Amino acid sequence: MSESRKAFLNGVRAEIPLLIGVFPFGMIYGALALNAGLSTLASQLMSSIVFAGSAQFVTAQLVHDSAPGFVIILTITVVNLRHMLYSASLAPYLKNLSLKWKALLSYLLTDEAYAPSILNYEKEGITPVGHWFLLGAGFSLWFIWQISTALGIFLGAAIPKEWPLDFALPLTFIAMVVPILKNRPMVAAAVSAGVVALLAYGLPYKLGIIFAALTGIIVGTVLENAKSPRKAL
Amino acid sequence: MNIWLVMLIGGLLTFGMRFSLIYLFGRFEVPETMRKALHYVPPAVLSAIIFPELLYSSGNFDLGLGNTRMLAGVVAVLVAWYTKNTLLTILAGMAALVILQLI
Repeated sequence: MSESRKAFLNGVRAEIPLLIGVFPFGMIYGALALNAGLSTLASQLMSSIVFAGSAQFVTAQLVHDSAPGFVIILTITVVNLRHMLYSASLAPYLKNLSLKWKALLSYLLTDEAYAPSILNYEKEGITPVGHWFLLGAGFSLWFIWQISTALGIFLGAAIPKEWPLDFALPLTFIAMVVPILKNRPMVAAAVSAGVVALLAYGLPYKLGIIFAALTGIIVGTVLENAKSPRKAL
Repeated sequence: MNIWLVMLIGGLLTFGMRFSLIYLFGRFEVPETMRKALHYVPPAVLSAIIFPELLYSSGNFDLGLGNTRMLAGVVAVLVAWYTKNTLLTILAGMAALVILQLI
């Protein structure tokens, strides 16, 4: 077996535990996107056009709330900003690749592809086949995300309209937020964003979400700096 | 705006952010403050959506015990806190809502 193929399969293998967690998530996304009012085709293709779990859930919610396009785009941007960190972190390992490879691996750069790949790079350093590992991890996640979305859309269509399925979206967000509230700045970020969202609820174009999110981000960052001012230097 | 256009722009921006520093390697570093701030994006954005969904569920601000979505949300928060399990949180919240609506 060639070295590149071996690296690819190692990437797939490292990704498997994450795939098990992602599969039900993709199904939930598919079912909820459909329920939120997106067409079957739009629900499915969002999984390859945007290809970012939490941004897709948030988009479904905002479509359900009839938020205008620019607010949805702004929110997707804020939610996905963290990918710049992954990009920065992997950049030194990918610097010798062609532009095509860089573009392909960037497209596949999700939270779940990043995690095993950075560990692999830190262990192995730059090798001639290192990018095949990232491709294996990224592609297997992409593949499972498309399949699970399709299955979710298929099953979601069978759920009776009277069921309050739209409530599953905020519940999904609760399941994402609560486990990360591990310290005071995190809690403060969540609570301040929530309170501002309530106060700004009446603003047009659902702009309250943007203001609330920015408030939470600033409150969390300021509190973290206040706690450990030396770390900020 | 057309949902396809929204998805296309959202997708291009997402790709742009993923590609940005891989492409610009050596020419731009992420400032430390921004690095920190990014940790607070998920709790901030998601809470900004959750709070109104629970407390403005009828279209008006409602902190009363008749607000079934708020109560079911509290159940979900507790289940999420103790189990850290996504699927269990969603199932518990949905079950709570259905039961509360029957009462």
